[in-house]
Amino acid sequence: MDNLINLFLSADFWFTVIKLTTPILLATMGAHIALRAGVINIGLEGIMLVGAFTGVIVSGKLFLLGVPIPINLLISVIAIIVSGMLGGFFIGFFHLKLNSDIGITGLAYNMVASGLTVFLLFVFVGDKGASYTYKSLAFPTIEIPLIKSIPFIGEIISGQNLLVYIAFLSVIIMTFVMKKTVFGLRIRATGENPKAVQSVGISVKKVQMTALLISGGLAALGGAFLSMGFVEYFVPEMTAGRGFIALTANTMGGTPVGGMLVTLLFGFANALSISLQLFSTIPIQFISMLPYLLTLIALVFFSWRKMKRNVK
Amino acid sequence: MNKKLKVEIIRTLIALSIAFTILVVIVSLISDNPLEALYNLFLGPISSKRNFGNVIEKTIPLIFTGLAVSLIFSSNNFNLASEGAFYFGGVMALVLCFTINVPSIIFWIILIIVSATVGAIIVGLPGYLKNKTEASEIVSSIMLNSIMFLLGTYILVYYFKPANSRAVSSADFPDKYLMPNIIAGTRVHFGLFLAIFAVLLIYLLMFKTKLGYKIRMTGKNSNFAKVMGINVSLVLLLTQLIGGALAGIGGAVHTLGVFDNFTSNRSPGYGWDGIIVAVLARNNPLYVPLAAFFVAYLKTGAAIMTRRSDVPAEIILVIQAIIILLIISKNLISKIEFKILISGKLDDGGAS
Repeated sequence: MDNLINLFLSADFWFTVIKLTTPILLATMGAHIALRAGVINIGLEGIMLVGAFTGVIVSGKLFLLGVPIPINLLISVIAIIVSGMLGGFFIGFFHLKLNSDIGITGLAYNMVASGLTVFLLFVFVGDKGASYTYKSLAFPTIEIPLIKSIPFIGEIISGQNLLVYIAFLSVIIMTFVMKKTVFGLRIRATGENPKAVQSVGISVKKVQMTALLISGGLAALGGAFLSMGFVEYFVPEMTAGRGFIALTANTMGGTPVGGMLVTLLFGFANALSISLQLFSTIPIQFISMLPYLLTLIALVFFSWRKMKRNVK
Repeated sequence: MNKKLKVEIIRTLIALSIAFTILVVIVSLISDNPLEALYNLFLGPISSKRNFGNVIEKTIPLIFTGLAVSLIFSSNNFNLASEGAFYFGGVMALVLCFTINVPSIIFWIILIIVSATVGAIIVGLPGYLKNKTEASEIVSSIMLNSIMFLLGTYILVYYFKPANSRAVSSADFPDKYLMPNIIAGTRVHFGLFLAIFAVLLIYLLMFKTKLGYKIRMTGKNSNFAKVMGINVSLVLLLTQLIGGALAGIGGAVHTLGVFDNFTSNRSPGYGWDGIIVAVLARNNPLYVPLAAFFVAYLKTGAAIMTRRSDVPAEIILVIQAIIILLIISKNLISKIEFKILISGKLDDGGAS
């Protein structure tokens, strides 16, 4: 118990909470824009995995070629986003153009991602287990002047990976785009009343495809944080269900800010699960269960409350 | 031939040819010796008795999970907990093997009842939660799979791993509880008969009983089914319970049919593969064995290709996903289908 109190009092722990919130948060924004346009993106998990893989391979290859690091990272970011958009396009192509079921299409993309990343990992690195032997880059950490010298808070907020700040920034941008721009209005209208949108001459499918592309780009960045920030290598299935957790966080949060609050909760569960492994006597399997159990319980509780409200 | 069947067969063949073309292109691009890789992939499974035995041995669990997913999908539910149920069926085999001591026949009967019950509970839970709270069954079943996998690992590590063993695996199962081998020189076991029996049973259930009619009705149009006075939520829950029971039995039978002991990471995704089996079989139980055989053949071929050449087996996952997508894409092949239907009509006109 003392250990637990010490844990919650340490800035290190909360630093990790923020860190582990990041990949889920970016994917949650991806889930948000797609769902607002009326398509549920079940393929987030696979898109994240491909993003994590792309980052490692591209930055590693460019590093071998001797490309200066800032340029390397810039090209890597573009490659990661493009990999995610390709995932979004793949799902959109089959669902919107060929009229396949969105649920199975997303799952099929996850299968593609699982298989393709291991396959290509072997082709590029010569190993199916992980890319430990393959030098790849990480995004830089950033010290924020002034904030960094605030005790405790500064230790938590400053010195995080670049993608962490991008993730939290994406919440503000998403809120603004959805509420204040014509583009956001079109997306919301498409999700809420596609027939009305069609009747004023806007293509519902085009709007949904655009939303899926953005959704993919965001989720891929979230995945890349795992392999270019949290650690600096790729391991098969390293996203470990975060794409599905993001779907839950988005339905629970409703708005981008609400989604962010829920992902902080999941980031907390994730960080707790990792810290507890160090000193707790609870079997590791139960500790590792924490994020999944929390997601399941939160999902059920939230859906139940929503249903009750709707009945009233 | 039935026109609808003809259309579906052609649709499947077109999907398979596109997917295999992609496969051949990818293998040719990355392999130093593509011909050898492709030879192993497509003909490896029939190159020896043992390899063909591997195909049959993989067909058995795929029939069970294929039936499970067919049932669940045919009522328009995307509950994916068959994977967890299949894995936990294996865990139940482990637990029972080392806790009860009874004659073999009685053991197998108990095993089937227990693994079916546990499987039904695991798949039933997301269904029940959806029914009671409208929580998305896709997300809840995937979370549940992760939880069940960790729980199974816990049971293995804390209760059944010999203290002196370094590997995360149990002691060897008692010989008398293993599924009897039915073809010498392979690992093909008695579970094959159980799988075929399950196919017949589910066929009878779906097409010859009132419940089966209700399930098909609900799958086609749940609103209409409701109007007809069918208790839709009960029917949905029942299909998931039966599906879960099948997946659980499949896991138990596979574990005692093919392995000597239980290892925690032994869930090669048969629950997921159930999806492609169900899609290929169009959720029809009678086509499930054929689809399961096809998928088992592909997986065995991929494993042989990995062993004997430089192409990783994981490419098969990508090909499976592409096959699924091409088959469920309603617009893709509809033009061709349309032509067949039209020409069929003209033929009939000419004959009469």
